[in-house]
Formats: sequence, C-alpha cells, structure tokens
Amino acid sequence: MATLQETEIREGVDRETVETVQSMAGKYKHGWETEIEMEYAPKGLSEDIVRLISEKNEEPEWMTEWRLAAYRRWVQLEEPAWAMVNYPEIDFQDQYYYARPKSMQKKPKSLDEVDPKLLATYEKLGIPLKEQMILAGIEGAEEAPAEGRKVAVDAVFDSVSVGTTFQAELKKAGVIFCSISEAIREHPELVKKYLGSVVPVSDNFYATLNSAVFSDGSFVYVPPGVRCPMELSTYFRINAEQTGQFERTLIIADKGAYVSYLEGCTAPQRDVAQLHAAVVEIIVEEDAEVKYSTVQNWFPGDENGKGGIYNFVTKRADCRGDRAKVMWTQVETGSAVTWKYPSCILRGEDSQGEFYSIAITNNYQQADTGTKMVHLGKNTKSRIVSKGISAGHAQNTYRGLVSMHPKAKNSRNYTQCDSLLIGSTCGAHTVPYIEVKNNSSRVEHEATTSKVDDDQLFYCRSRGMDEEAAVALVVNGFCKEVLQALPMEFAMEAQQLVAISLEGSVG
Amino acid sequence: MALAQAKIDAAEARLAALSLPESTGWAQTARADALARLRAMGLPGRRDEYWKYTDPSSLTAPEAPRAALFSDPSDAPVFGEIDRLKIVFVDGIFDAEASDPLEMAGIEIERLDAAMQADIHWAKDVYGVLEARGQSPVERPLATLNTACATDGVVIRATARAEKPVNLIYLHKSESSDAILHHVVKIESGAELTVLENGPAAARFNKVMEVEVADGGAFHHIRTQGRDHERRAVTHLFARLGAESLFKSFTMTANGVMTRNEAVIEMAGDDASAHIAGAALGDGEFHHDDTVFITHDALNCESRQVFKKVLRNGATGVFQGKILVKAGAQKTDGYQISQSLLLDDDSQFYAKPELEIYADDVACSHGSTTGAIDEDALFYLRSRGVPLARAQDMLVLAFLAEAIEEIADETIADEILARLRGWLDRRHG
Repeated sequence: MATLQETEIREGVDRETVETVQSMAGKYKHGWETEIEMEYAPKGLSEDIVRLISEKNEEPEWMTEWRLAAYRRWVQLEEPAWAMVNYPEIDFQDQYYYARPKSMQKKPKSLDEVDPKLLATYEKLGIPLKEQMILAGIEGAEEAPAEGRKVAVDAVFDSVSVGTTFQAELKKAGVIFCSISEAIREHPELVKKYLGSVVPVSDNFYATLNSAVFSDGSFVYVPPGVRCPMELSTYFRINAEQTGQFERTLIIADKGAYVSYLEGCTAPQRDVAQLHAAVVEIIVEEDAEVKYSTVQNWFPGDENGKGGIYNFVTKRADCRGDRAKVMWTQVETGSAVTWKYPSCILRGEDSQGEFYSIAITNNYQQADTGTKMVHLGKNTKSRIVSKGISAGHAQNTYRGLVSMHPKAKNSRNYTQCDSLLIGSTCGAHTVPYIEVKNNSSRVEHEATTSKVDDDQLFYCRSRGMDEEAAVALVVNGFCKEVLQALPMEFAMEAQQLVAISLEGSVG
Repeated sequence: MALAQAKIDAAEARLAALSLPESTGWAQTARADALARLRAMGLPGRRDEYWKYTDPSSLTAPEAPRAALFSDPSDAPVFGEIDRLKIVFVDGIFDAEASDPLEMAGIEIERLDAAMQADIHWAKDVYGVLEARGQSPVERPLATLNTACATDGVVIRATARAEKPVNLIYLHKSESSDAILHHVVKIESGAELTVLENGPAAARFNKVMEVEVADGGAFHHIRTQGRDHERRAVTHLFARLGAESLFKSFTMTANGVMTRNEAVIEMAGDDASAHIAGAALGDGEFHHDDTVFITHDALNCESRQVFKKVLRNGATGVFQGKILVKAGAQKTDGYQISQSLLLDDDSQFYAKPELEIYADDVACSHGSTTGAIDEDALFYLRSRGVPLARAQDMLVLAFLAEAIEEIADETIADEILARLRGWLDRRHG
C-alpha cells in the first residue's frame, strides 16, 4: 500500500476511488487522542467506588444495591484461564473505573450544549452527531434526500454517554433509545424487569465485574408491533489512559418488533494495555427480530504486541417468544486480546439464531471468539458461519457450543468454521462443543483450515495486482458470506478494515 | 485447591487398594517414575475439562464395580477364521495353556514380566516413555496408573514382516475382576505387524499399549471390545511414528456400560500416515467415549480419524478428537470426521472436535454430524419394497461403512461387518 502515493492513475480508474483507498491505507487510523479535561474516580475498585459510580449516575437505591451485590460476588470469583489467550496478569486495582469529560458534569439538555471538542472527536471518527443522514464514509450524505437511511447514534465517551441523536423522532414511533443511565432514571420498571435477566449478575468473572462497575451504555426498547424506523447505533470511544470501559447494553424487542442495531468502537494508540469488559443483553419476544452488528476496531497494540485493548465481552440474546429471531454479525479486527462469545438462547418454538463472524488477528493479537447456540424450544434453527484469519504472530481461536436439549425436537444447526493462515508463525484453532440430546434434531459441523490459495493469488498477481492487494482480495472473498450479512454502512467499512488489518502480513 | 486435593486423594485411595508389583532394574525405575507422576497429578474427576462428557468415577474407584458374565453360544469365536498367534489373558492374567507358544518368524514376543527382569531390554526405551510423552498438554493419569501398576502384558518386537497376526484375547470369567495390562510393541524399520485384540477382559479393564513404529514400519491394529453389557474399560493407545511409516487402528465396540478409548499419536517422522477409526454400537446402558489426540510434528504427514456411532435406548456417545499441527509441520493433511446416528429420542451424542494449528501450508478439516436416519433415504428404500426394519439396517450399515473401510484386510473387514449385522439382527429378535 505504501506505493499508492506514487501509483499513477490508470485509465478508467477514477481519482476518487484512488483517494478513498489512500485514505483507508495506513496504520491504525483511530489512534489519536482527544485532549479534554477529564474527571476520574480514584484508581482501584472497592465498594466505595461502586457506590461512587452509582451516585455519579444519580441512580436509585435498588440499582446501587444490585451493583454492590455483583461486586461482592466478583470478589469471590477467579479470572477464567481456559481461553487460548495469554496476557500478563491484570491488576484490577490499577485501573480507573470511571472517567468522564469535565464538561459532562452537568448533563447537556441537547446536543447543542455538548462540548464542541467531544462533537469534534466523533466527527473525526466519521460519526457526526448532528441529526443528519449518515452513510458512513460517503461524503455529501447531508444532502441526501429526506427519505434516505437514517441512523440514530448513542455516543459513549469513556464512561459516559455524550448524546443520543434522533431521540424525538424515535419517540414518535414509541421506541426508547437512550443511554442506560438515563433509562435507569426514566424507565426503572423496564430496566428492573430485564436487566440481568439474560446475563445474570453471577454469569462469569467479567460479566460480574461489569455488573458492579458499568458506567454507561445504550438502552433500546421497541414496543409491540413496531418496526424501528431507523438503524440504531452506539459508538464507543475509549480516550482516557488507564481507564477501563465497562458498558452495558440492554435491547428489548417486544412482540412483533424489529430493530437493527450497530456497534462500533475505537481507542487511542497507547503502550499500556487497557481493559474493556462489556455486557450486552438482548430480549426477543414473540415474532420479534433483532439484528446486532459489531465492527470491533479497538486499538490492537503495535507491531510488537505492545499496548492494545483487552476485550472481554459477554453478549447474549434470549429468544423468549415463539418465532423470535436474532442475528449476530461481528467483524473483529481490533483488540490485543479478544474473549467474546455472542450467544443465542433459543427458548421459543420456531425461534432462530444466526451468528456470522469474521475475526482477523495480525501481529501479536489473540482472539478467542465464537458463539453458543442453546436450543431449548421445538423447531428451533441456528446457523453459524465463522471465518478466522490469522497473520503475523497472532493466535485465532473459534470456540463454540451447539446444544440440543431433549425438548428441542426437530431443531437444526449448521456450523461452518473456516480458518485462513497467512504466514508460518501464526496459529488458527477450532474448539467446538456439540451436545445432542434428541434424535429428531440435526447438527452439522464443518471446519477447515488452510492457507491463502496459491492459484488464486497467482491469478490476481498475473492481473497486475501487488501481493498485498491480491491477499486482501482473496481474503475478502473468503469472508464474503459474513460481509454480506452486514448492514450496508458497515459492510463497506468492514471490507476496508479487512484489508487494513492484514497490512504488512505478507512479503 | 480443594479439587486438586480430591484428585490426589482419589489416586491414593486407588493405590491403597492395589498391590504394587515388585520390580528390579529398569522396570523399577520406570514404575517409580510413573508412581511419582501419578501422585503429583491425581486421578481425573468429573470437573476435569477432559472428562466433561464422561464420568470417570467408576474407572477411578478403588474397587471395580461388579460386572455379570455374559456369553452367547451362537456367537462365533472372534477372528476364528484367521490364522493367528493366540495369546490369552483371563481376567488380566496370562493363560499359558490356552495360548500358542510365543514364537513366530519375524517377531520376538515375551511376557512383560520376562522383559522387565532382563538387565538390558529394548522395551526400556518404550515402556512408560510414550505414555509419559502423551501426558502433555493433557494429563492422562489412568495411563500413568497403568504404567506404575500393570500386572501383565506382552512385549513384541517385529524385525520383519510377521507371517501372521498376533491375537490378544481377553476373557472375562470373574464378576469382580480388575485387570491392568500393559503391552509394548516395536516395529523396526521396514517391518510389518498386525495385532488383533478381542474380548471384554474383566469387570474393569485398564489397558495401555505403546507402539513405536520405526522409519518405514507398518502397524495394523484391529480390535473388538466384547459384548458384555456390564464391563468397563479404559484403554490408551500411545504411538510414535517414524518417517514413511504406516499406522492403522480400528475398533469395534458393541455394548459395555462404560468405555473410554484414548489414542495419542505422535507423527515424528516425515511422510508418515496414521489412520484411526471406530464403529460403536450402543443399546441402553452404554457410554462410549473416543478420545483422540494426533500431533503432527513432521513434514508431509497424513492423519485420518473416522468415528461412527449408532445409539439407541438411551445410549450415550462421546467423541473428543484433536489435531495439533506444530509449527513447521508443513504440508500436513489432517482429516477428522465424527458422526452419530441416534435411533431414538433418548440417546445422546457429545462431540468436541478440535483443531490447533501453528503451520500455514496445511489442509486440515473436521466434520461432525448428528441426527436420525435420513427419512428420504428410508422412504426411497421402502418405496422399492424393502421392509422398514431391513431398510433401517441397510442405512445403518451404510453409515458405518466409512469406518470399516479403514480396515486393510478384507477377511477381517468382512468379519467385522458380519458382527455389526449380527448386532442389528439381534435387536429385531
């Protein structure tokens, strides 16, 4: 890609294309830092810190108690060690658990009151918080016709939500989309009913930690029969140093509702690893459908494996009603260490779960990711397509569970996990668990591991592509099934990310 | 910590119930080493990840659970049609009268005891050595227990192409027998040997076979595990393969309340080939676990795992298979398939097929499927006038065929097929 500068523009290739490619090239492009005055909670974790976070968020008593119960539980838990990831021991007392921009001390009433520095941060990330049409990466979207696609954004900066766009318009449709701290204040009945009902407080080490210290995140409630009029999106940005981000997302699709939700994340480039432990809970009632797409692009650490985000995430969807449907799509290109298993509990009859994943690791990145499909109801269906790409010195593991309970008659699962290795110093691993407890269900699992096909590379090179571009093209083809499952805005970004993440991995 | 202590306590309780064999010389060293290793790691418990789907308690308990004797007069002797050298063990004790003389051109055979008494013996470099190598990255304490406490076994060294197979026959005549056998096999360069094993062996059977195949050697292994319903067995097959060597193992298991067959194969020389296959038929109280670990540590090796299970009336099947390709083991071709056919709604299948790969120029794949008999295939056969039961049997045998094809010898493959058919026929009786 370095040669792009000198590339002479061939006939038929328009300058814009070249410029777009040029702008996408280069190292991690979100590595800059916003200089902004921050307010921190004291370093370390204790009951007092948990109380402080609760107080800062002006939470009611029951929420504080809920957090404290989680904290007390967490103290007794041990950090899990079964994943195929190695990292130096995390000192949980050497972290800030709460950081918010000073200007957010008084909650701004509208986006106009938000510190311009914050708005500029998101502008720079390509996430304009002005209420306007956005089509990621495409300029001139502001002038797009009114009926163009709209995306409502909740922007989370370190520990707090900076603002949520299109709230008024969503309100008209009955959809509640706000930060979780606001939901705890404004809609306690919903939060009380659903929070912790999919990922219990004591679920696992990181989820318990999150339950105690989560500072913000997004909340979505789509009432019965409502098709959410626009895509909802949360953009997470870690900015402050030595600060963990613990966001909590709660999405509820009531009977017959539909919502598509996008999540993006970036962080500045630093030498010291940072912690990110999120929990996402999705409740899908009868006939409802939720699509959850993630492009995870936390800072992956430098070429020597220094710094980066430790990403320990618990994501789970519960298909409670019959014919409920959930679809997870993830593109994992960032983070030094990823530990993430978006799961589906298929409780309702005829409910469906889908999981599409691309996990790319380069340099010294490590990813241990996959899904769990727990079939409890009759005629439930699930599909898993996982593509792991490993380059440099990276380790990439697919770990998954497919479980057919005795009562899940006539259920179906199809799993496909493919791994691609680029270079001889990386690793690709597959660890699926398959449990079948009735005979009317069918479970199929396939996995392959191979290297980038020489014939395909040769063909691309004979057409005049340089080696890196050829590899990027072949890899994009390898990921196609997953890329196609992404909403358009993300698909473009993801495709470019695939190429960038692999930069420097060949030759 | 409490868990680790419970495992160590279990090992001590098991050891206390055993009389440790006396040895001298190299054997004493090997056994003492194994004993120390066992005492450090303890015996497996239910919480061990490697025993997630199989409860080891009946295999680790100090006393063997009783197992009623079983015999079926209509059953033809296993491998009866094959010219072979018979070595008989009754409840884990060598029976000289029932056995053939331990002599055959091209191979040396002796009892483990005799080999252990020799000051210098080739078996020193294999006994407990392959087992110890197989303890990483996953511990297999029941095999270590075996190395420390095995009471009998044979050591076989093939120096040329053996003229006929060696048949290890395990008879079960006491309801409370607890047998621990350890065999050592060495196939020298260019030599070839077939080992047949059959019989239930004991109420509880712990068997280890260590096989060292030198460059260009070939080892064939076919076993049937006996139809006794209440028998329990834990077996370990450790193999290390030299360059251009061949290793083939097939196991048929019909019945048995608890079976755990582990195979740990190390591809140490270039261009070697290892095939391991199994067909398991389970009815009712039946728990069958195939655990396979193949390590590719050389260039251009091929490995193939084919495991098929047919389960009914609440039988449980488990498959844990792993292909580990070490850095530098380029041009590896690894294949693994585990399939199960559940004939009714009470039976269960658990699979954990793993790949761990550190080399890029490899082709590795695994597949696992579980389900009932294909309704469309059944409908087709019935529409052709095949009665339901017969059509089901045809489809079951077709399902098992891929595993049986792994048997190189046609006579043996035919016999295995006949036995599978017999199992199916008896279900209709």
